[in-house]
Amino acid sequence: MAEYSALRVISEGLRGNRGWRPAWRKAEPKPRYDVIIVGGGGHGLATAYYLAKNHGIRQVAVVERGPIGLGNVGRNTTIVRSNYLLPENYHFYEWSLKLWEGLSHELNYNVMFSQRGVLNLAHSPEQLDAYAERGNAMRLAGIDADLIGREAVGQLCPGLDLSEEARFPVVGGLIQRRAGTARHDAVAWGYAHAADRLGVDIIENAPVTDFIMEAGEVAGVVTPRGEIRAEKVGVAVAGMTSEVMRLAGIDGLPIESHVLQGFVSEPVKPLVNCVVTYGAGHMYVSQSDKGGLVFGGSLDFYNSYAQRGNLPAVHEMARELLAVFPNAARIKLLRSWGGVMDMSLDGSPIIAPGPLPGLYLNCGWCYGGFKATPASGWCFAHTIAREEPHALSAPFTLTRFAEGRHIDEAGTGAMAGLH
Amino acid sequence: MLIPCPVCGQRDAGEFFYRGDATAARPPLEEEAERPWVEYVYARHNPRGEHLEFWQHAHGCRQLLVVRRNTETHEVFEARLVGPFGEGG
Amino acid sequence: MPGFRLASGGTRIDRSARFTFTFDGAPVEAFAGDTIASALIASGRSIVARSFKYHRPRGVFSAGAEEPNALVTVGSGAVREPNVNAATRLAAPGMEVSGQNAFPSVERDIGAVGEKLSPFLAAGFYYKTFIGPLKRSWMWYEPAIRRAAGMGRASLEPDPARYEKASAFADVLVVGAGPAGLAAALTAGRAGARVILAEAAPGPGGALDLEEADIDGRPAGEWAAAATVELAGMENVTLMPRTHVWGYYDGGVLAALEDCGGEGETRCRHWRIEARQAVLATGAIERPIVFAGNDRPGVMLASAGLAYARRYGAAPGGNVILFCNNDEAWRSAGLLAEAGVKIAAIVDPRTEILDALARPLAERGAEIILSHVVAAARGVKRVEGATIVPVGEAALAEAAGNIDRPGAQAQESEQGEDAAPPAPGGALERACDTILVSGGFNPVINLASQAGGPPVWREEIAAFVPGEPRQAFIAAGAAAGAPTLEIAINQGAEAGALAASAAGFEARNEELAVKIPVEGLRVTTEDGGLLPLFEVEPQGAKPGKAADKAFVDLQHDVTAADIRLAHQEGFADAEHLKRYTTLGMANDQGRTSALAGLAILAGEREMPLPAVGSTRFRPPAIPVPLGTLAGRERGRHAAPVRRSPLHHAHLAAGAQMMEAGLWMRPRIYPKRGETLFAAYTREARHVRRAVGIADVSTLGKIEVAGPDAAAFLDRVYANNFSNLAVGKARYGLMLREDGFVFDDGTAWRLAEDRYLATTTTAKAAEVMLHLEFLAAAAFPELKVSLTSVSDQYAGIAVAGPKARELLARLVEGTGMDNDAFPFMGVREATVGGAPALLARLSFSGENAYEVYVGADHGPFIWKLLLEKGADLEVAPYGLEAMGTLRIEKGHVAGPELNGRVSAHDLGMEKLLSTKKPFVGKPLAQRPALSEPGRLQLVGVIAADEAFRAGAHLVAGPAEQPGPSEGHITSVTFSPALGKTIGLALLKGGRERRGESLYAADPIRGGHCRVEVVSPHFVDPKGERLHG
Repeated sequence: MAEYSALRVISEGLRGNRGWRPAWRKAEPKPRYDVIIVGGGGHGLATAYYLAKNHGIRQVAVVERGPIGLGNVGRNTTIVRSNYLLPENYHFYEWSLKLWEGLSHELNYNVMFSQRGVLNLAHSPEQLDAYAERGNAMRLAGIDADLIGREAVGQLCPGLDLSEEARFPVVGGLIQRRAGTARHDAVAWGYAHAADRLGVDIIENAPVTDFIMEAGEVAGVVTPRGEIRAEKVGVAVAGMTSEVMRLAGIDGLPIESHVLQGFVSEPVKPLVNCVVTYGAGHMYVSQSDKGGLVFGGSLDFYNSYAQRGNLPAVHEMARELLAVFPNAARIKLLRSWGGVMDMSLDGSPIIAPGPLPGLYLNCGWCYGGFKATPASGWCFAHTIAREEPHALSAPFTLTRFAEGRHIDEAGTGAMAGLH
Repeated sequence: MLIPCPVCGQRDAGEFFYRGDATAARPPLEEEAERPWVEYVYARHNPRGEHLEFWQHAHGCRQLLVVRRNTETHEVFEARLVGPFGEGG
Repeated sequence: MPGFRLASGGTRIDRSARFTFTFDGAPVEAFAGDTIASALIASGRSIVARSFKYHRPRGVFSAGAEEPNALVTVGSGAVREPNVNAATRLAAPGMEVSGQNAFPSVERDIGAVGEKLSPFLAAGFYYKTFIGPLKRSWMWYEPAIRRAAGMGRASLEPDPARYEKASAFADVLVVGAGPAGLAAALTAGRAGARVILAEAAPGPGGALDLEEADIDGRPAGEWAAAATVELAGMENVTLMPRTHVWGYYDGGVLAALEDCGGEGETRCRHWRIEARQAVLATGAIERPIVFAGNDRPGVMLASAGLAYARRYGAAPGGNVILFCNNDEAWRSAGLLAEAGVKIAAIVDPRTEILDALARPLAERGAEIILSHVVAAARGVKRVEGATIVPVGEAALAEAAGNIDRPGAQAQESEQGEDAAPPAPGGALERACDTILVSGGFNPVINLASQAGGPPVWREEIAAFVPGEPRQAFIAAGAAAGAPTLEIAINQGAEAGALAASAAGFEARNEELAVKIPVEGLRVTTEDGGLLPLFEVEPQGAKPGKAADKAFVDLQHDVTAADIRLAHQEGFADAEHLKRYTTLGMANDQGRTSALAGLAILAGEREMPLPAVGSTRFRPPAIPVPLGTLAGRERGRHAAPVRRSPLHHAHLAAGAQMMEAGLWMRPRIYPKRGETLFAAYTREARHVRRAVGIADVSTLGKIEVAGPDAAAFLDRVYANNFSNLAVGKARYGLMLREDGFVFDDGTAWRLAEDRYLATTTTAKAAEVMLHLEFLAAAAFPELKVSLTSVSDQYAGIAVAGPKARELLARLVEGTGMDNDAFPFMGVREATVGGAPALLARLSFSGENAYEVYVGADHGPFIWKLLLEKGADLEVAPYGLEAMGTLRIEKGHVAGPELNGRVSAHDLGMEKLLSTKKPFVGKPLAQRPALSEPGRLQLVGVIAADEAFRAGAHLVAGPAEQPGPSEGHITSVTFSPALGKTIGLALLKGGRERRGESLYAADPIRGGHCRVEVVSPHFVDPKGERLHG
């Protein structure tokens, strides 16, 4: 019987739920592994899982400064989609979406991937044309996308302001129906669980304080729980990238850490049936299975390592949410939080070997990292195991900035806060 | 978060446009080599802690400021004018 | 059911003002001042809600923001409000209140049968099931789960209420007007500081009305009233009642919610308060003790029971058992008894109690049961009795660790010496309809946690107090763990003085020295004699029958067993525990549950509670209506509307307006019955045939002045401007530092040291910021000033073969012929008597002029042009026709300048000066920016069918389109060519003219042949321009 199944839930329920064991072991560090992954977030845990699963590398340690899953995988708005404009992005994110579609089965852990659709609202004919450009790009690449009119928007989302009284009346939208949301914590726990069962050691409360260097090569990491050695070290620490890489002597990466706030309302009965994004600003909202509206907006627009934001971004978010759902004015905000985003200078990620021998880097996810989790792990594991980039992540080099090969979805150039 | 604008006084950070790292030295205009410009445009120190950064008081006096601020605590220590009205300008 | 309204009492109600409201359709009597909860209690209603997961009946549990159970829906239609805290919301005449999360009603909810499945619904069960059988199975389960979850139902209609935002500034913000807060406000106010005193309740005093105490020689209530009068009389003090401070942001910016009292003109107001110093006197809330059935209607916090009796004259029940571990609760019980509530028994795990506390209660007939705990509440829809067991028998989950407390020692020694196992059947059964519970008090540390370090464990109160401040605040009173009123009030006074001094005010020495005496306390034990006790572990009441559930988080139905299970499964970190079980994540923000959860976890981990850590509080400290965060920026006012100075002229001309960026702009000027297509093609054709006028006021306009203006423009534009003659204009291309195209526009040399630079409408603000940054940071040595004059001018393009003739009739001060006013010439003159700047430039390809006059003159000049040109058939043309004309000429605009193109991609590499340095030059020269395979600008012409912007270019037919090779950015029907044409970005497009491709538009069902051509469709040599 699978460790987790309805049958097991029933049989355990009848026996007082005494038979469940820890979802992952609290592993003690061994002196040596084949691969160390620094960062027990979604990407790091997924990488460890695919190293074991796809590449048969079982001597893998994930070292995490605190408890796992409390970085960006535990503080995001849970949106999963592949509706990108640029080929480098949509090919990669579509593979991720395909992995999402089988993820609960793959991990034997319900990550509650809900393919409820992501709807981008259009507020002018020009914007609809721009969405057509994106949707056509997706369709030509075999990715689902549809343009829908105002009536169809209304049917999908009762309560959404379709009136001419809206400041920016809705004319239609682009929908990707296979896109949706997932239970963010479950993704971290699911990968941790599945990786653990394949023998991966998940070492919590072990901040990396230094890298072990031997003859110019990275040979392991130093933590308060001891030195841990490995032939290869992968770094997947999102907003902490610059700080961690500095320990290896690498400075001046094309990354800025910015704070992005997320918000959850009190729970209400089903109200928002898909993910909705506002086209006249930058706001996205969905509803969790528990009933809370989950929403976010733009960055706070300043470098930050604090997991807290400030009021201007809160006001902006509320203004935009109510522009779309004027009925939500009476719903109450229940929680907010801040996440530290690894903003790259063209808005696209970096998955690459280097910049030192023995070191591999995964960063620059801006605020799109959650949906990338499976493909990021998949491609990063490939990059580490085979010592060469995976075809899907090959464009996401570290050198592309110097070369001028930006993958700039927003077209805003090297301004981290604007992506 | 409040920024002490030398012209307008203590103002909410929401009035300002953030322009990022003020420590990166812009190469001289005549510099033709690619490398220094690549450094200037793409390399970020991105410190956790004290940081010098440009903020422009876009919804106020429009002056460009260099602000010393802690990126971990968001504590703002000082702000001074740069450009023709700044020190030495 | 008999009502529970007491014959007298009720400091907050006005018994002369009686009204009714409805609960689930049934009338409920209330007095003015009643909360929904107090009226329901007084009416004898036990069940007011159903729980989240198991649909268990729930009653009112508290009398404040910590209420976990009594969430109700208020109102209907557009003003329907879900999840209203009945314990804090005032009842109002005719108010429609309904129970939620139940069908058909909270009284009889068929959802309750689901509790039978509860063994399978333990913490995190959903992560372990609903996985199969198919990949998409979750999509099948999810809708049912979503319907079952949620709490109240929100309205689908726009909320008609008005919300406001406001700002306030203080030297000292005092949060909380309880005894400590009042004292703080007094000392800070007397020192002259600008003080704001914000209090969530309608009136001051905090919990003083639940005390019997003298302060400064008079009864506490009188003292509070006098303090309030004094504060109200100080000009430098602002009292903000009904204002709950919920966020402590950086730099001393706090956020507060003012309840403006219902559906009046303004429903609530969001305050942004800048405070140099803050005193956090947010008080403490009582915490429950976890035991089996502790969620049954009739189980209530002890202080809440007293609050209902004293404030609202509503008895929590008719036959009350108090279960507590501290002296404060005994005092509450005494006051309750005085108020006429029957206290049947008091159960306390401690071995001895001060006689002063116990005697009065015993005299009133209460049974004193020491060394015992309540192990279970009996009853389903209302408590019917309590199962009481000796402490030796109950396994107590204490605040584990070294509890160095007299009570605890007594208990331990009792266990040690009196080691005989408890007699079987040692349990007592007592009938009651209410169990009041008190496990001690938790300081309210939400704000302090938001702005400070990790909370600190305080042993004597077995609770967390604020950690080290990281902003300028002082916590005082019960919020800081002060165990008695005397300590609390003096802490407040001192905090007020410290805060005022820190803000630069002389808090006079004598005042600092003054301690407000607190007299007449009947209980003088320093620490309230607390015996830490968070949980009485469930025990089988009878063999073979499991005990009832014991709830930690009442609102989220998280039980003690759930927490143990989470620990068993490895979710042993406080943050993991919270996320796995949802402990503390409900509307009550974990106020009554978080600490008990940690205590149980600490027990499982066999470590002291503080070692388990705590989770950090984040804003908001209370649920905040989203409307108030947006304030008036809703509906039409969600964003400013920018109107050109000519806006009303367009409306008068019957223009169809559209939003472009933030601007309202005329799209077409349709004649009666004319379609969009007919109108714009007519307008475009008209410009090429006669003369048209268009509003170009929205272009960004920047005056660049100073001795180094020319040098500055040379640096910021890719092409040269210092060699531009005075009286001439030039097209300019601007790059970003990274070498990609930023914006284009023109710059006009008005004088040696003065230029007017125009930008695209979309990038106006960005270009200004970019130039200001460069002027200040990169080129401070240049003497140049930048001034945005976008709003100062109205701009009108006059274009077409008859443009010159039309303008000649109105212009004075310049000749209009080719010599006097050549192509790209700039002239200062008057038009219709108004001072004007004219430039002979064209984006239409026709001979054309841009006329800039003062914004106020714009409408007059627009009208004059139409009047004086009537015989020349002058007509306005809109945005669509402007698009047509510029596409026909191959001029790029927003859709092409997408931030990813290089000058080379646009065929503009010749504009990159080789003779001078400029912003973006070194990086523009990188090979990758001019690689042959890049997306490059081309024109496309429809072979037969029309195509649309957003279509992609592919090599194959619809069945086998092949990959995208580029996309069409701008499309129009060209009246000049009689065909649909477009601009496109095509891979290697510069070398592909003449190729035949397809415009693939699968998302809109189009696929048609196009020919790749030069982007200059009409008059490529520019003969018409110079005509």
